[in-house]
Amino acid sequence: MMRAVLPYPLLSLGLLVMWLLLNGFSLGHLVLGSIIALLAAKAMTPLEPAKPRIRSWWPLLHLLRIVAGDIVRSNIAVAQLVLDRSHRERVSGFVTIPVDLKDRTALTVLAVIITSTPGTAWVEYHSAAGLMMIHVLDLRDEQEWIDLIKNRYERLLMEAFE
Amino acid sequence: MSIAAADFPLWAAILVALFLLIGSSLTFLGALGLLRFKSFYERIHLPTLGTSWGTGGILVASMIFFSVTQSRPVVHEILIAIFVTVTTPVSLMLLARAALYRDRTEGNDTVPPMAPDTPKPEPIVHD
Amino acid sequence: MSGLILTWSVAIAQILLLAAMAIAAIRVIRGPRAQDRVLAFDALYIASMLLLLTFGIRSGTTMYFEAALVIGLLGFVSTVALAKFLMRGEVIE
Repeated sequence: MMRAVLPYPLLSLGLLVMWLLLNGFSLGHLVLGSIIALLAAKAMTPLEPAKPRIRSWWPLLHLLRIVAGDIVRSNIAVAQLVLDRSHRERVSGFVTIPVDLKDRTALTVLAVIITSTPGTAWVEYHSAAGLMMIHVLDLRDEQEWIDLIKNRYERLLMEAFE
Repeated sequence: MSIAAADFPLWAAILVALFLLIGSSLTFLGALGLLRFKSFYERIHLPTLGTSWGTGGILVASMIFFSVTQSRPVVHEILIAIFVTVTTPVSLMLLARAALYRDRTEGNDTVPPMAPDTPKPEPIVHD
Repeated sequence: MSGLILTWSVAIAQILLLAAMAIAAIRVIRGPRAQDRVLAFDALYIASMLLLLTFGIRSGTTMYFEAALVIGLLGFVSTVALAKFLMRGEVIE
C-alpha cells in the first residue's frame, strides 16, 4: 500500500520542498506541491531508476563534513596557485587510482566529490579493471593522492554503501 | 540603492559585504586562472572555484540580505546552491571525457591511455 | 554607514564579476580548441548568474533570483549538449 502511493519517498519529498521554496509556504501550496510530488514520483516508476541502497547514514554525514572542509582548503590553495607569479615549476598530471567501490551510487558520489573540489578532476573510470583516472593541478607526489582518496573518501563510502 | 539603508543593521551589512567580496573575488580568480593556465586539463579545475565558494559566498550574502530586509528567513537561494553543486561536476566530467576522447583519437601524446588492453580508436582529426 | 558598506561592496562585487565575464569571454574567443571554448562558456554563465544575484541585492527585489535560476538551468543544459557534441559529433543519437 505504502509502496503504491509513495514509490520514491525521497524524490517526492525533494520535489515538495523545492515547490515550497519557490512559491513560498502556504496551505494551498503545500497541498498542490504534494499532489505534484506524488504524480511526478508515479511518472518515474515506469523508468525504473535503480534505487540506491544506503546501509548507514553516519559515514555520509561524516563525509559531508570532511568534504566541506576540503573544499574550503582547496579553494584557497587553487586561488594561491592562480596568483602565484613566481613561475615555480608546477607539475600537473594524471593519476590512475585503483578503486574497490562497485556500487554505482557510491562511485557517483566519489566522482562528484573529486570534481567539485578545486584542484582535482575526475577524468575517466574503467569498470572492468576497477581503475579511475583523475587529473591533479598541483601534483607533487602521486602516492600521496592515491592514499588521500582511498583513506579519506573511499573508506567512508564503503562503509555507507557496501 | 532603493532599499531603506538607514534601518539596515551594521553587523548584517558587514556580513553581506564580506560574503559578497569572498564570492566575487573567488569567481574572478577562477576566470583569471582560465586565462593564465596553459593546458586544457589545468584549466578544467578553475570553474569549480566559481561554482563552489564563489556561488556559495554570493548566495549566503543574498540570503542574509533578504532575510534582514524582509524580516523573515529567505532561503530559496539554497535551490541554486543545490542545483549548481549537482550540475557542475556533471558538465565538467563530460567536458573532460570529451577532451580526452578528442585528444586520443588525434593520437596526442600528452594524455595517457587508460587501460593497456583497450583498443586504440582510429585517428580522426577534429578542430 | 551600513548603506555605504552595502553600496560599495555590491559595486565592487559587480565589477569583479563583470571582469570575470570579460576574461572568460576572451578565453571563449581565443580558444584554442573547442573544449577550451565550452569550458570558458561554462565559467561565463556562472559569473553572469552571480551578477544577476548581486543586481537582486542592489535593487532589493527577489525577481532576479528566478532569472538567475533560469540562466543556471539553460547554461547547464547547453554545456552538456556541447560536450556531448564534442564527444561524438552529434547531439542526438
